[in-house]
Amino acid sequence: MNVNTNILLKFFEKIGHSFSSRTLRLGAATRLFFLILVYSADSFKRIHLTIREIYFTGVMSLVIIIVSAFFVGMVLGLQGYYTLQKYGSSEAIGVLVALSLVRELGPVVTALLFAGRAGTAITAEIGLMKATEQLSAMEMMAVSPIARIIAPRFWAGVITMPILASIFSMVGVLGGYVVAVPIIGVDEGAFWSQMQANVDFRFDIVNGLIKSVVFGIACTIIALFEGFDAPPTAEGVSRATTRTVVTSSLAILALDFVLTSFMISG
Amino acid sequence: MDKIKLDAWVGIFVAIGVISLLGLAMKVGNLTSNDIRETYMVTANFENIGGLKPRAPVKGAGVVVGRVNSIVFDTEAYHAIVSIDIDKRYVFPKDTFANIYTAGLLGEQYIGLEAGGEEKNLEQGDRITQTQDAVVLEKLISQFLYSKASEEE
Repeated sequence: MNVNTNILLKFFEKIGHSFSSRTLRLGAATRLFFLILVYSADSFKRIHLTIREIYFTGVMSLVIIIVSAFFVGMVLGLQGYYTLQKYGSSEAIGVLVALSLVRELGPVVTALLFAGRAGTAITAEIGLMKATEQLSAMEMMAVSPIARIIAPRFWAGVITMPILASIFSMVGVLGGYVVAVPIIGVDEGAFWSQMQANVDFRFDIVNGLIKSVVFGIACTIIALFEGFDAPPTAEGVSRATTRTVVTSSLAILALDFVLTSFMISG
Repeated sequence: MDKIKLDAWVGIFVAIGVISLLGLAMKVGNLTSNDIRETYMVTANFENIGGLKPRAPVKGAGVVVGRVNSIVFDTEAYHAIVSIDIDKRYVFPKDTFANIYTAGLLGEQYIGLEAGGEEKNLEQGDRITQTQDAVVLEKLISQFLYSKASEEE
């Protein structure tokens, strides 16, 4: 009897502990966010710091973004044509591909890929800096590690995300075009003209950009916090990178729903 | 990674991003030079606007000449006041007809302008006096049923 109640108690204790530790970490991450905002002046005065980070998060992600976008666009074109031609609306394939990409897939898939590629790189880098005591060494020299290391990476992530999302959407539309027009044979004029008639700049494209900026803020903060908070061991850093990907992905999908529901109602 | 190469790559990256955004805006979206031209605003009163929305096209002879700016309800005369922005290149006479048509069978609604014969033209802030409301499906059906019933009597 005692053994059973022990196991039950341990189970509830685990739930309570995980809940309270997650809440504590959420609070710590929010404090890091505000600290970054306070110490951001250096990221723009010493702009070369931010530019260096834009290179490592953005430019190095270009290959995966462009290749994924092309394939996503091609699949959208193929699947969309297959379904639309059953209703005789195969000329709406341009609208389907463009709206799916610009409204949803562009920001969301770019953010997921960004979290996987750039987010984990940021977490690993900062975690290793903490483990090799570089951050403490900086504090000793009265250089704020937040101003010099963390904040430039944050602003780089926020600047890079909308750029990557735009590139994703554009390359995806081109991928859809390549499948629909030369390969399947949909009329080229109908493809572009229907698309232009139904995609609104303010409500579709700008909303997609707003989404990608929000995702950029969320992913980068999560990556930075996990790196900053990682236990200073090899195992700790590798666990932190996994947590970055999982937490970022969940946050992206949840925020996507929240933002979409705000945007749909106008 | 020396600084010049790094800056060059970041510059190329941002340039590609801006080009994609412009491509999206111009080729995929509907941001054309039409929307950036100068316009003048006129109003028109309708008893029933049907499904007309702001940003709906305003067409003359089927060509888009402007956009619907805003739709408000007049609480004194109980009709809708629709403000439309017409491209400055296109002038219409003061007795222009403004009708609400539907694009296609069940498509979105737009305003069609038909020019009258007056010599003076519409200017900023003028009101189009000749208007025709949207066709409401329910009224059409009840008209049809009423005429059918009176036929059988």
